[in-house]
Amino acid sequence: MKRAWHDTVWDVVKYVFLVFSVLCVLFPLYIAVANSLKSDQDYINLGILQFPSHPAWSNYVTAWTGGALGNAFFNTFTIIVLAVIGNVLLGTMVAYVLGRFEFPLKRLVLGAYVFVMFIPTITTQVATFGIVKNLGLFDTRWSMVLLYLGASAVQIFIYLQFIRQIPVSLDEAAMLEGASYFRIYRSVILPLLTPASVTVAILQTIAIYNDLYSPYLYMPSVNLGVVSTALLRFQGPYSAQWNLILAASIIIAIPAVLLYLFLQRYIFAGIVNGAVRE
Amino acid sequence: MGACDTPQSPMNRPQAGHPVRVQPVGGPPCIQRVSPVWDDTLSEAKEGDVVSLHWSYRTQKAVLIISFLLIPLALLVTFSIYPFFKLIYYSFTSWDGLSPTFTWVGFNNYVQIFKNPALFGAFAHNFSYFVGGIVQNIFALILALVLNSRIRARNLFRTILFVPYILNSVAVVYIFKFMYLDNGALDILLNHLGLSHLETSWLGNDAVVNWSLAFVSFWQYFPFNMVIYLAALQSLPQDMYEAASLDGASRWQTLWFITLPNLKSIIQINLLLTVSGALEAFNIPFVMTNASPPTATFLTNTMNVAFTFHNFGLASAMAIVLLIIVFIVISIQQWLLGGRREAA
Repeated sequence: MKRAWHDTVWDVVKYVFLVFSVLCVLFPLYIAVANSLKSDQDYINLGILQFPSHPAWSNYVTAWTGGALGNAFFNTFTIIVLAVIGNVLLGTMVAYVLGRFEFPLKRLVLGAYVFVMFIPTITTQVATFGIVKNLGLFDTRWSMVLLYLGASAVQIFIYLQFIRQIPVSLDEAAMLEGASYFRIYRSVILPLLTPASVTVAILQTIAIYNDLYSPYLYMPSVNLGVVSTALLRFQGPYSAQWNLILAASIIIAIPAVLLYLFLQRYIFAGIVNGAVRE
Repeated sequence: MGACDTPQSPMNRPQAGHPVRVQPVGGPPCIQRVSPVWDDTLSEAKEGDVVSLHWSYRTQKAVLIISFLLIPLALLVTFSIYPFFKLIYYSFTSWDGLSPTFTWVGFNNYVQIFKNPALFGAFAHNFSYFVGGIVQNIFALILALVLNSRIRARNLFRTILFVPYILNSVAVVYIFKFMYLDNGALDILLNHLGLSHLETSWLGNDAVVNWSLAFVSFWQYFPFNMVIYLAALQSLPQDMYEAASLDGASRWQTLWFITLPNLKSIIQINLLLTVSGALEAFNIPFVMTNASPPTATFLTNTMNVAFTFHNFGLASAMAIVLLIIVFIVISIQQWLLGGRREAA
């Protein structure tokens, strides 16, 4: 009897804690949605916690056009697609070479990736900036794509971890059938690394969608705005119009939330695989 | 006489060392046997495929290694390794970011960092993100433990609790900037809860502002730690717990002697990510307060020195100092957590 009583108290504590946490997450989001839907009139007259009885959807239209958010989504999407494809191709190629072959300087190549993984990208931007300028990449979308390809080393270790689980006997069977090494990469390794590629694609997409300082540094032109920099530009012209700023913030948040709801399982797996390497 | 029997002319015989393009042939499909390894199993070779089977695997290996590593390594060297060494070089000069000449200043930049409280003192602001990060890990671990126990609607709770992590960081900062306004949502909430004595100017009070910013970081990143802890908990072998309950271990004993020791390496990974994240705090002060002096972190100062004051030499030295500190902190942490395991 005592144990049952104990369990009930414990259960109550657990649910209270969970509900409290959920409220901490939802309260700021509720405030943002409620105030993004207030007309200028409602914004002045209603309390901050109140939801408007006549949602002003026009705020979303104003934010979308005024902030050139369509263009920002296009730029972000283009950069994500190019960087993800590049990272998957180059990452699997490097992992195939490092995971399957012995060759001189192999340790040096591996060491270079370990080295880069431990240097936070943002700290070296002071020097990278000059290189991007000298290469004529400044203020182009390519600066972003090439930086994302050249400055991320994490994916190599995710791929190396997965490639070890692909039995070498598969390579050997393909060789007996006369397949070239390239063919083995294309027909055996690349397809079997798909789960790792999903992880890499998810981590890369989240990182690029949230990245602020590299587009801010390297793509100052307004027409090259990505979601983060387009949102950042709301601070000037709309600094007092919180309903529009919040509407723009919600617009930027929606695609990520939708993607998350559909791909939840993969995103959780991707984050865990990305953090727990070796 | 079938197509396959046609004697090959020297012209279309594949030359050693060159890839062969399989030509479509008229009549019944057939594969020509040109080398011992090119046998019938290749009948799936399609028109236009480039096959280089007559290359020995030895040659292939060399060609493959070089061609597969060329582009990735070129990118890695150009955008990561070369800048790192340039950074070290710049840190000993007074370069302004534009001039073609570099004046060697020795360790002057490094001395300046430690002498100028506005530069090195910014680490005091990073401290609140550090504390926030530790609390964030504890909170995330407790949530993971609760979600891993027998609970109704576990997936619903998990789904909602993870949302902050996938929101765009600028959007999150804007939402909290709105929450923190004077007489804003947070103040009104405190009023409703009868806690109005806690109200303050969340972004204007210098004693509070960095904690307000650190809370945003906490709110956005605890789900990341939570998901990792939860995955680790779910992968712990169940029989361990059955054995413990047979031995009559209490809830706390199980947590303290079985669960936590088994999570040690995961806790270590999470702390490592959190601590380096705190040292590199940038986005939140940059967007929320424009990295004003009371909120400037070491990294916002570094970027400011470089891109606003065009003192690339000093900024490079600051970046190097930050890298060294990250390295030292991580080493200490590894040593502390690793050492205890050996002692146990």
